[in-house]
Amino acid sequence: MKSMKLHREIQFWLLVFLALAFLAPIGIVLYNSFKGQFYITDNPFAFPSKETFAGLRNYISGIEKTDFFRAFGYSLFITVGSVAAIVLLCSMTAWYLVRVQNIFTKALYYLFVFSMIVPFQMVMFTMSKIVNLLRLDHPLGLTVVYLGFGAGLSVFMFSGFVRGIPLEIEEAAMIDGSGPVQTFFQIVFPILRPTAITVAILNAMWIWNDYLLPYLTIGSKYRTIPVAIQYLQGGYGSRDMGALMAMLILSIIPIVIFYLSAQKYIISGVVAGAVKG
Amino acid sequence: MEKTLKKYFPLFLLPTLLAFLIAFLIPFGMGIYLSFTQFTTVTDAQWVGLDNYRRAFTANQDFRNALWFTVKFTIVSVVTVNLFAFLLALFLTQGVRATNLFRTVFFMPNLIGGIVLGYLWQLIINGVLRYWGVDITFSANYGFWGLVVLMNWQMTGYMMIIYIAGLQNIPHALTEAAAIDGASYFQILRHIILPMVMPATTICTFLTLTNSFKLFDQNLALTAGAPGKESAMLALDIYNTFYGRIGYEGVGQAKAVIFFLILALIAFVQLSLTRSKEVSQ
Repeated sequence: MKSMKLHREIQFWLLVFLALAFLAPIGIVLYNSFKGQFYITDNPFAFPSKETFAGLRNYISGIEKTDFFRAFGYSLFITVGSVAAIVLLCSMTAWYLVRVQNIFTKALYYLFVFSMIVPFQMVMFTMSKIVNLLRLDHPLGLTVVYLGFGAGLSVFMFSGFVRGIPLEIEEAAMIDGSGPVQTFFQIVFPILRPTAITVAILNAMWIWNDYLLPYLTIGSKYRTIPVAIQYLQGGYGSRDMGALMAMLILSIIPIVIFYLSAQKYIISGVVAGAVKG
Repeated sequence: MEKTLKKYFPLFLLPTLLAFLIAFLIPFGMGIYLSFTQFTTVTDAQWVGLDNYRRAFTANQDFRNALWFTVKFTIVSVVTVNLFAFLLALFLTQGVRATNLFRTVFFMPNLIGGIVLGYLWQLIINGVLRYWGVDITFSANYGFWGLVVLMNWQMTGYMMIIYIAGLQNIPHALTEAAAIDGASYFQILRHIILPMVMPATTICTFLTLTNSFKLFDQNLALTAGAPGKESAMLALDIYNTFYGRIGYEGVGQAKAVIFFLILALIAFVQLSLTRSKEVSQ
């Protein structure tokens, strides 16, 4: 019994050590973001000293160079808009595909499933040309693109859940005189809520962090956060390490806040998503 | 009900279908067609047959290098990520104090985007390599192991969560009965826990396999292929072929088709292999 307790204690402290090691990279970037830009590469592991401390200078220059708040706005708008469209429209689509059975709906369902395995590089060139051609190259247009690209996984997950809903519930509602729209929003969608949360979280994580799609389609005019950070890095010879560190921290902060406030949903959503996917 | 619902096609199905056509189906079909043509914009395509596929391998070494680099990277990360994730999950399902806090910490890196992760690790890795007077662009080996470390940091927590869910599904009666019968911990691990956790292993292998194979953002931010193009993975090589120089768009599209076919093949083989090892309760 005593050895068991000792065993536990060793495990606990090993985990503490690992957790600190896991957090260290973020901590190092955090304190480097307060050092003068020329002191960072010299010795990234040294804490800021009187000589190297730069106050908020890196944050100010980083925000100016990347137009951070504008980038934040674009990222937020595109993520929220796309996720709302995906959750609403893909759940409607999945319900239709499961309840109306014919060759067309069956084929379409398999096309959605098929699209999940296709890597982005396969369609990136042709897709960005079509987006330009159709004048979808702005944040609102991107929500359409994300709906189309996210539809595979989302329709697949909603369909799996819709199949588990007994048909009788819906038929009873229809006999009582409610049309498909009413039936869907008053009966089906509330039952789908847990899946809707999972779908929303998986898509939000992907769209918020996505780099290549917004870069290729709207990157020259509207820079989302990942695109803005990449621009900060590339191009004009010497790069401002201080501004880069500050922007890394500024882009991690909203994610941490979102994570800590919705942790329960995120972790269970990820498990549910993985099991289905 | 089916008949009434059918009439609501424009409302329920059409919006998603249109978006799916624009973002996926039409670009996919065009992509297949264009891989057999020479083009710079989509409208000036000239049929060249399989020429692009030949040039993908023979025009220079980039694609072969990237393929080999990607395969090595995928194997190493799938093994390491799954090993660490499974060990962490074992640790965190034994009633240690503050389990939830540990879970929260280990999972967090997964939410940070690839570009940010790349620059974050570039600072750390260059900081370490400085003691030898070099940086990550010095050798493709540094880039390789840098990407492996990054991938482990990002994915371990995610896979750990899935393994924890798998471990919690194993009925206590099973392990207890084995312990009473005198089975050692390693016997229990080998003959009960590992087979029972196989569905989680299937999912985790699938996710790490496809994510490692498709890696782009992290690769771009951490090394951008340096030195030269030696640490460029397949996705980055395809991107460079498309946008790096004019006249290679067809080759880029052919490389993308090959990339897609390999990915589909390994995903299919992996799923059928690990699925066959799953046991039912």
